[in-house]
Amino acid sequence: MATMTMAKALNAALADAMLDDERVLVFGEDVGQLGGVFRITDGLQARFGDKRCFDTPLAEAGIVGFAVGLAMSGLRPVVEMQFDAFAYPAFEQIASHVAKLRNRTRGALSVPMVIRVPYAGGIGGVEHHCDSSEAYYAHTPGLKVVTPATVDDAYSLLREAIDDPDPVVFMEPKKLYFAGAETALPTRTEPFGRAVVRRAGRDATLVAYGPAVPVALEAAEAARDEGWDLEVVDVRTIVPFDDATIAASVRRTGRCVVVQEAQGFAGVGAEIAARVQERCFHALHAPVLRVSGLDIPYPAPMLEHTHLPSVDRVLDAVARLQWDDQPDRRWLTEGSAA
Amino acid sequence: MTTTPQAARRASPRKRRPATPAAPDPAAGLLPETTPVRLLDPDGTLLPARADYPEPPVEALREMYRRMVVGRRFDAQATALTKQGRLAVYPSSRGQEACQIGGVLALRDDDWVFPTYRESMALTARGIDPVEVLTLLRGDWHCGYDPAQRRTAPQCTPLATQCVHAAGLAYGESYQGRDTVALVYIGDGATSEGDFHEGVNFAAVFKAPVVYFVQNNRYAISVPLSRQTAAPSLAYKGVGYGVPSEQVDGNDPVAVLAVLTRAVAHARAGKGPFLVEAHTYRMEPHTNADDATRYRDTDEVEAWRDRDPLARLETYLRGRGVLDDAAVAEIAEQAETYAADLRERMNTQPTVDPLSLFDHVYAEPTTQLVEQREQVRAELAAAAEEDA
Repeated sequence: MATMTMAKALNAALADAMLDDERVLVFGEDVGQLGGVFRITDGLQARFGDKRCFDTPLAEAGIVGFAVGLAMSGLRPVVEMQFDAFAYPAFEQIASHVAKLRNRTRGALSVPMVIRVPYAGGIGGVEHHCDSSEAYYAHTPGLKVVTPATVDDAYSLLREAIDDPDPVVFMEPKKLYFAGAETALPTRTEPFGRAVVRRAGRDATLVAYGPAVPVALEAAEAARDEGWDLEVVDVRTIVPFDDATIAASVRRTGRCVVVQEAQGFAGVGAEIAARVQERCFHALHAPVLRVSGLDIPYPAPMLEHTHLPSVDRVLDAVARLQWDDQPDRRWLTEGSAA
Repeated sequence: MTTTPQAARRASPRKRRPATPAAPDPAAGLLPETTPVRLLDPDGTLLPARADYPEPPVEALREMYRRMVVGRRFDAQATALTKQGRLAVYPSSRGQEACQIGGVLALRDDDWVFPTYRESMALTARGIDPVEVLTLLRGDWHCGYDPAQRRTAPQCTPLATQCVHAAGLAYGESYQGRDTVALVYIGDGATSEGDFHEGVNFAAVFKAPVVYFVQNNRYAISVPLSRQTAAPSLAYKGVGYGVPSEQVDGNDPVAVLAVLTRAVAHARAGKGPFLVEAHTYRMEPHTNADDATRYRDTDEVEAWRDRDPLARLETYLRGRGVLDDAAVAEIAEQAETYAADLRERMNTQPTVDPLSLFDHVYAEPTTQLVEQREQVRAELAAAAEEDA
């Protein structure tokens, strides 16, 4: 065991995948000699040569479209979108082709590829560098959408994404890149489609993914002081989604708060809350609540702390879970318009 | 009048500097000819031979004629099928036969074609079953043929997006040691899309063996070429990417095949992409659902009718003595048989299976898709029981 950052684990996953499968090509903007602006591809070009890891013209639709063609020729492209919001030019390629080619051709063509997207905020980034764009991809059938919250998952999920027969949008929480943890690579964690209970608890379930997982875990620790024993479930793979693990947890605890960094309206957390209510209605002692980013464009760095879900906001939501079996007064007073 | 010192200096003979040799024009060899390459006059007369664009073998031209005749008949049949409600919509390529067939004949069977929705004729000329080609427009699925087996990408509806796919595929093929060429069909309007720029640029930077074949048929639905570009012609877009380009009379089958043959050879030789612009004309509306009289007048259409590529090639081949009345009649008969077979096979309602909607979203369906499939299965079973 050694301490390693998520950035290093992702780098190791890419290197090991390139070593195991010579069809794997890594490319994008500044990923070659520089090793990527976050150094996730550090050293890959030196080690595997500039035919296996290379820079491209600065054009995201081109990068993803090029990957479509490479995948059609039998190769395994892994592309880096430099930042979340810089992937938007590629959205047509992703939504109209990457996601749909298998279905369009009844399985005759498939374009397995990994589109790596450093996403979300909390790093003091200026505009266009901090978007949580997972809902756009999760809403598009044909894509798998994966987001690690731990160092081990970063390695394992990326390896699985590269091996997967379907295209995977791999969302990397930037603020967790340089957080370290004890790990022994290579490691394999639970496969795609499995959520994981990160912390067992009896009183309520916090469901979170990506950058919100550490917030939920910290909130669960803090909640002990208030007398609440909270369970934390890490979604890990938004698509395919693990209804079973999450529903089982909520049925056990009877209460649920979904935590996500993205804006709340029509987000992944809304989907999770709806699914939990559909499956757990009779086990619930309180409405499923959401703690999310505000429904505003991502703020400038000096204001981002107001936007980001905080431990206090999570604890406030937990406090509103009708512990005294009384209706949430907030809905009684404000909800008359609804 | 006195002479000023300045005036004296001006009057004195200038010292001659040694002439610097003119730097070679880096764009030389990239620019197209100033007028479209033409090897056959509109009246079917062969123009003087050119060393750079040798006339294709006469057998190839005769085969081109045959496929153009069959292709035009297919096209007319497909339009007729829209009127009978057998196709949801059909974008005709009548008038563009030289381009449709030329692109196919310039390639080997193991090369790749990246077509748009207007290339149904080209795909049938590639030997793909016309019923499979028309699947998209019939509406029973999005693509009816196996692209991997036919080396033909699905007909692309989003404009120009296939330009980058072709760059990736061609690069991937050469990366794996294969000498495959990819040919991209696109229209004039699509050259305004970002993906055209990105595709040609990627292909150039990675020296991918791609031929970008622009069929400039003057209109993007209703919008004329003058609203797409201020370039002298679309072939001039190549120089900005470092890509050699040519423009060709798209209604001259001999020139189209000669220029595309050279472009394909260039790509296959590892010299990178090549851009060809064919000047042609869409004789029919954008699709059967379009009214072309709202944006172009009859005189313009009639003028292009006189430049019919099929009549042009027929006149030439008759003059060469490789085509006579009997052969023309026989090929026309082939075309009729082809159309009759298509008509008959399209005259039945295709079977569609709602449960197949879940089969190819992913390699393995997700839990949620399995649940939804079960729901639809139950709905269908209940409906069947009600009917019984």
